[in-house]
Amino acid sequence: MSRITYREACRQAIRAALLADPRCFVMGEDVGRYGGCYAVTKGLLEEFGPQRIRDTPLAENGIAGAGVGAALAGLRPIVEIMTCNFSLLALDQIMNNAASLSHMSGGQFAVPLVIRMATGGGRQLAAQHSHSLEGWYAHIPGLKVLVPATVEDARHMLAAALADPNPVLIFEHIVLYNAEGELDDTVTAVDIAHAKVRRSGSDISLVSYGNSLPKCLAAAEQLAGEGIQADVIDLRVLRPLDGATIIESVRRTHRCLIVDEGWRSGSISAEIAARLADEALYELDAPVRRVCSAEVPVPYAAQMEAAALPQVADIVAAARALLRPAG
Amino acid sequence: MSDKLHLDRASLHQLYRQMLRIRNFEARCVELYQAQQIRGFLHLYDGQEAVAVGVTSALRDGDAVLATYREHGHALAKGVPMDTLMAEMLGKQQGCCRGRGGSMHIFDQPRRFYGGNAIVGGGLPLAVGIAMADQQLRPGAVTVCFFGEGAVAEGAFHESLNLAALWRLPLLFVCENNLYAMGVPLAESDAQPEVYRKAEAYRVTAAQVDGMDPVQVAAAASLAIAELRAGHGPWLLECRTYRYRAHSMFDTQAYRSKDEVEQWRQQDPIARLQQWLLANQQISPEEVGRIDADIRAEIDAAVAFAEAGTPEPLAELTRFVLMDSVVQEQAP
Amino acid sequence: MPSLGADMETGKLVQWLVKAGDRVKSGDVVAVVETHKGAIDVEIFLDGIIDNLAAVDKEVPVGTVLATVRPPGETAIMPAPGAAPAVLATPVSVVTPSEVAPRIAANLGRTRISPAARLRAQQLGVDVAALGAGSGEGGAIGLRDVEAAARPLPASPPPSAGSTVHCGFDPAQMRLAIAAAMGRSKREIPHYYLTDSIDFTAATQWLAAWNAGQPPEQRLLPAVLLLKACARALQAYPQFNGFYLDGGFQAGKGIHIGWAIALRGGGLVAPAIHDVDRQGLPQLMTAMRELVQRARAGGLRSSELGDPTITVTSLGERGAESVLGVIYPPQVVIIGFGRVQPRPWVVNGQLAVRDVLAVSLAADHRVTDGHLGGQLLAAINEALQHPDIL
Repeated sequence: MSRITYREACRQAIRAALLADPRCFVMGEDVGRYGGCYAVTKGLLEEFGPQRIRDTPLAENGIAGAGVGAALAGLRPIVEIMTCNFSLLALDQIMNNAASLSHMSGGQFAVPLVIRMATGGGRQLAAQHSHSLEGWYAHIPGLKVLVPATVEDARHMLAAALADPNPVLIFEHIVLYNAEGELDDTVTAVDIAHAKVRRSGSDISLVSYGNSLPKCLAAAEQLAGEGIQADVIDLRVLRPLDGATIIESVRRTHRCLIVDEGWRSGSISAEIAARLADEALYELDAPVRRVCSAEVPVPYAAQMEAAALPQVADIVAAARALLRPAG
Repeated sequence: MSDKLHLDRASLHQLYRQMLRIRNFEARCVELYQAQQIRGFLHLYDGQEAVAVGVTSALRDGDAVLATYREHGHALAKGVPMDTLMAEMLGKQQGCCRGRGGSMHIFDQPRRFYGGNAIVGGGLPLAVGIAMADQQLRPGAVTVCFFGEGAVAEGAFHESLNLAALWRLPLLFVCENNLYAMGVPLAESDAQPEVYRKAEAYRVTAAQVDGMDPVQVAAAASLAIAELRAGHGPWLLECRTYRYRAHSMFDTQAYRSKDEVEQWRQQDPIARLQQWLLANQQISPEEVGRIDADIRAEIDAAVAFAEAGTPEPLAELTRFVLMDSVVQEQAP
Repeated sequence: MPSLGADMETGKLVQWLVKAGDRVKSGDVVAVVETHKGAIDVEIFLDGIIDNLAAVDKEVPVGTVLATVRPPGETAIMPAPGAAPAVLATPVSVVTPSEVAPRIAANLGRTRISPAARLRAQQLGVDVAALGAGSGEGGAIGLRDVEAAARPLPASPPPSAGSTVHCGFDPAQMRLAIAAAMGRSKREIPHYYLTDSIDFTAATQWLAAWNAGQPPEQRLLPAVLLLKACARALQAYPQFNGFYLDGGFQAGKGIHIGWAIALRGGGLVAPAIHDVDRQGLPQLMTAMRELVQRARAGGLRSSELGDPTITVTSLGERGAESVLGVIYPPQVVIIGFGRVQPRPWVVNGQLAVRDVLAVSLAADHRVTDGHLGGQLLAAINEALQHPDIL
């Protein structure tokens, strides 16, 4: 066991990937000299040189497309996009090329590309750096969408993503970078197919991912004090979504609260709720509820930002309401 | 550009044959489209054949090509078999993309033909990445990316030229300037209508050639590609050309006059090359007739192959959305 | 829309047998309603002029106004243009039992119950409608409410031949209804059972004498004697005639015996024969014949299904030797008669062959004890020894 930060886990993952495979390289804005916008790639330029830690101009669509091309032609690119808000400039390449080429070409080409991006709010970065767009990407067939919430996933998901023949997007939450966790040295790999039960309980399923996971775990702790045992599911992978694990949990608890930092309308939380209605209706003993971000561009001021994002108290209150309705 | 390049008789015949293959193949496509055997959009290369044929004449097998949604000519010139191409046009399982791509999305992995891209400018960043990979994995290989003049207004064009220049990539950008982005004339879409001059801003070597002359195109491409193979960074060729037919099949062509089209037809690359070859005793009328017959037979065979093709079973609909199973199948 | 059973939530008016402006009197059959148990005649309990008839072929919640009845001579009140009859504010009485309406209105016509709870209730045979408000949001019934109602969760027994349920024609629906009622009975009602054998020879002989010379349609069947004997016994022991409701026994108003009728397509019903104690045998026989006919044709009246105070089942000549019934809640007893057959019997110290009939009683221990049950059986026995005064 060693105690490391999520950021350090991400860095170790990249370093291990570069050491393991000469085809692997990192490309992105300020990944080299600057060390990464969130300092994830700090020190790697010195170790691996500018060919493999490639600083790029500010050209998200070009970088993403170059990543697709490099993957098509045999390299294993890790493209970093500073924040998922910027990824919208690359959406054409991600959607029209990365996600579509394999199917469109009748399976002639695989696109083993990894794109990492920072996501989420909580650092008062306001409306153009704070959004959670992983749910959008989870809409697109042909992509895999990963959302590491623990140091273990931050450390090991990348290797699985690089080994995957498909374009894989990894969303790292900006608030988690500083979070510390115990890394079990005996774990050397993780899958990128399944959700995980992070805490077991029989009364309610709290389904979340990313930075909402620690919030759910904190909420579960509080609820336990009130005699409510929450099952906490970490989705880990938003696409393909592991519906079986969610349904299996709801089958035990019969209640589900989804916590999603994305906006509510048309979100991954909506997809989960729809699947529960579709595949687990007769397991549900209460309406499926959601705690999502307020439907506003995330504002700057601390109190407004806090109000816009899901908080532990919101989760506790929503869970309580599902279990102990007043009146 | 000079035409210092020495082209022997066989090479000239090859240019002629390839252009005629493309022209006649597409003529058959129009027939099949009107008979509703080919559906969707169908963008014809009629008039522009000299560009794809001239440029690819300078390529080797291991080089990569990317093109646009008007890419039947590039695919044929790069060696994509006509029968799998035609089967794809008809949406058959035997098509090169098993009916998933159609006219605008022709791919051929063994020939390193990376599409067929129906997003204007969509292929340029891909070409950057492919050239990057080749720089590392296949020294000496070059990538050619064809695009229309409409694409130069896209950010992807500028990002890609910049990246290619920064990283000295073995990448040839070929702008097929056919003067109209759908119906918008170049002068109305670009403040600088001399496309090749945009390259200067990115310190990319550039040249403008007569895209109706396959010999000129081949000569310019040979020079550029030799430079690329020597590691001297990316090039841009602007080929001034013209499409005789509509943008796609359904187009009133209100944006140009019949006279204009007729004027460009007078410069038709295939007719001109044939006349020159005959006039200079580089080809006999019998050889012309034989080439014609060969091509007709090849097209007939391709159509027969395509028509005999079977539809992709619907159970395969979602196959290749993810490649996990494909890679697993290939593993043992 | 009258409630024709505790588990009825909605009904579809399929036919009016009267037209607006007709004079109706209490007891008239005025309409036919289709429920998930089948088509049922709707009786009216008022005298007057019927008006504002609701549209047919619409599924409506129990409690919806189907028509208004005004006393003769009072001016007609027309519904406001566009106003649905169902929401017509009317100063006069409505067809439906008035106590049903407010509850349904509060529920907007649909029980608030979670999907999981609904499924579990079905599996456990819990009657959802009888649960009242649940512990969930807005009084929604949840899993815990259903499970609490079902505790201690014995496996649902298949309904015995003596069990009784409402009328029905859809076998699947009827099976569900039987399952629900019998499941609830076996879960909630602590049954005790008593059996006895009755010398039926006197009754057989009396019947033979009575029927001699009668046309077939006038002849009496043994069943009518059994029915009347039960009514006599219940007069003496009214503790068995009524319902267990709200934690206590409530005596029935009148002796309305639910007579179990097996339907040809499977399933059974136990519609009431009203005031058995006050009817003569021929009159009872007619009532019984008609009832069986209508039950099998699907024309039962709402009141017949709604109000039996006790159930009697007789297996008849081709049935089993004896039957131990399952009480139909909220009734408190079911009396079962087996097959009449010749048996060796001791009469005055001598062995003789007599017609013998097994009688049984299954009763609710929350209301009565075995001692009293024994007296009820004895009273039935006694009554059957004197058919002439039945």
